[in-house]
Amino acid sequence: MIEVENVYFTYPNGVEALKGASLKIKNGDFVAIMGENGAGKTTLVKHFNGLLKATRGTVLIDGVDTTKVSVAKLARKVGFVFQNPDSQLFSETVEQEIAFGLKNFGFKEKTIKSRVTWALKLLDLAQYRKTSPFMLSGGERKRVALASVLAWNPKILILDEPTIGQDHRQKEKLLQFILQMKTQRKTIIIVTHDVEFVAECNPRVLLMRQGKITADGEARKVLTNPEILIQASIVPPQITQIFLRLSDFGLPKEVIDIYEAREELLNFLERKVK
Amino acid sequence: MSVFDGLKFRRVYSPIHNLDPRIKFIYVCAIFTTAIIFLELIPLMILFLMQVPFVILAGVKREWLRSMRGATFLAAVIFLTNFIFSFISAGYIVTAFNLEHAVAMTLRFIVLVESFSVFFLTTSPDHLGLALEQTHIPYEFCFAFTTAVRFVPVLAEEAQTIMDAQKARGLELERGNFLKRIRNYIPILIPLIVSAIRRSLELAEAMESRAWGATESRTNLYVLKMHRGDLVLIVITVGILALAIYVRLFLGIPSMNDILGRFFEPQYF
Repeated sequence: MIEVENVYFTYPNGVEALKGASLKIKNGDFVAIMGENGAGKTTLVKHFNGLLKATRGTVLIDGVDTTKVSVAKLARKVGFVFQNPDSQLFSETVEQEIAFGLKNFGFKEKTIKSRVTWALKLLDLAQYRKTSPFMLSGGERKRVALASVLAWNPKILILDEPTIGQDHRQKEKLLQFILQMKTQRKTIIIVTHDVEFVAECNPRVLLMRQGKITADGEARKVLTNPEILIQASIVPPQITQIFLRLSDFGLPKEVIDIYEAREELLNFLERKVK
Repeated sequence: MSVFDGLKFRRVYSPIHNLDPRIKFIYVCAIFTTAIIFLELIPLMILFLMQVPFVILAGVKREWLRSMRGATFLAAVIFLTNFIFSFISAGYIVTAFNLEHAVAMTLRFIVLVESFSVFFLTTSPDHLGLALEQTHIPYEFCFAFTTAVRFVPVLAEEAQTIMDAQKARGLELERGNFLKRIRNYIPILIPLIVSAIRRSLELAEAMESRAWGATESRTNLYVLKMHRGDLVLIVITVGILALAIYVRLFLGIPSMNDILGRFFEPQYF
């Protein structure tokens, strides 16, 4: 459980990135944090594993104040995958890269081996076990970064901009993977601008603007409300845009899903024909 | 990183900022040379104090203090090594002389940091590039130099991100003995170097696609011209150098101990 209580954060250069953010994320929740550039999304999630400590207010992870424990200790529970994989890859092989975190946490050699194999398989990287991570493509590097965090099986997983630079198939895989994590009751937090991806995942959506949380609710409610979306510089998903414009004809506004859209349209046409 | 903070340029206007960077550089070199030719504490103290009006005039007191603070660690190392070696070579006694010598060596280092810090704090990278170009150094080198200077803050920011990313994977930089701590920095340095190389290649491609180096002879929008202030600085520079050489060659420099009237008697251990 993540409890954020009235958190303020000011960077050393004087930029006030968070201005009284409060929220609760329960175990097993799937949350997407969205908002314009510089809204404070990454700053907020960096508080969850203690990389940043609140200037004012408190952040509790399972009841533990993040200012009281080290990042390494929190990282065991809270996995954080950075936006740019190049800011962490350094090993000679993909295998060693994935083992890095496990070694830091003092896992046994045997466990490390089995966890590495598990993570390689999970992210479709088994054929690159002995390859240098620097030889891989951007999307593959991103998966290595993800695998290297998943390897120690953190309870909470934070993904910063996971869809950037991924083609459609990889996005689909990412979606499948997130759903799989969800069934394992893991808490997943994604920071993203990708509204179509969020519409497909249908998580709880938090909108941020100027260091504050401006909306918090189901994707269906938040992503179909143009007023609050405009404030956060977000355009509704394309499907929603169509349905918003068709609402004059008696079609519902709160549609974010393609299958649901199809149902609604077919029903509508049937009614018209009759 | 605080040493570098003291070298970061901030765009403000002051008589010192407006000086010709070439003259300023010659001035810094003159201070550098003067600091090197003296081993005694008193001339080094004078050199140190001479920079203070520059700092105040340029309005960079805070940044300058920060760079001084950043230099304290190295200064302490220099003081200790000098002191220990002269302590040993003097036959395990503390004399006023070896104490003064160690302080002088430390102050020499501080004077060097101080003068370079003032130079970089008051000279914009653009000005620096312009100065290099107008001293007829090939443009490629000038460009490489100014780009390197300009990318220092970018790299510093990147280093921070990398540190965060590795900490998030359980890396504890402060853990272990001395050697282990050095090894802890490998996961920081490799991504930093790789991304710097990658960035430079990308920059090169981006520049070439914008026709970099298309014409042989470049002209500049801004041309450096000497003003009255620059002439004053030249006179000051020549004066300092001449005086320093004269003092070195023809005058004896009293030690602090002589002046203070032998407060310190040698102590045997």
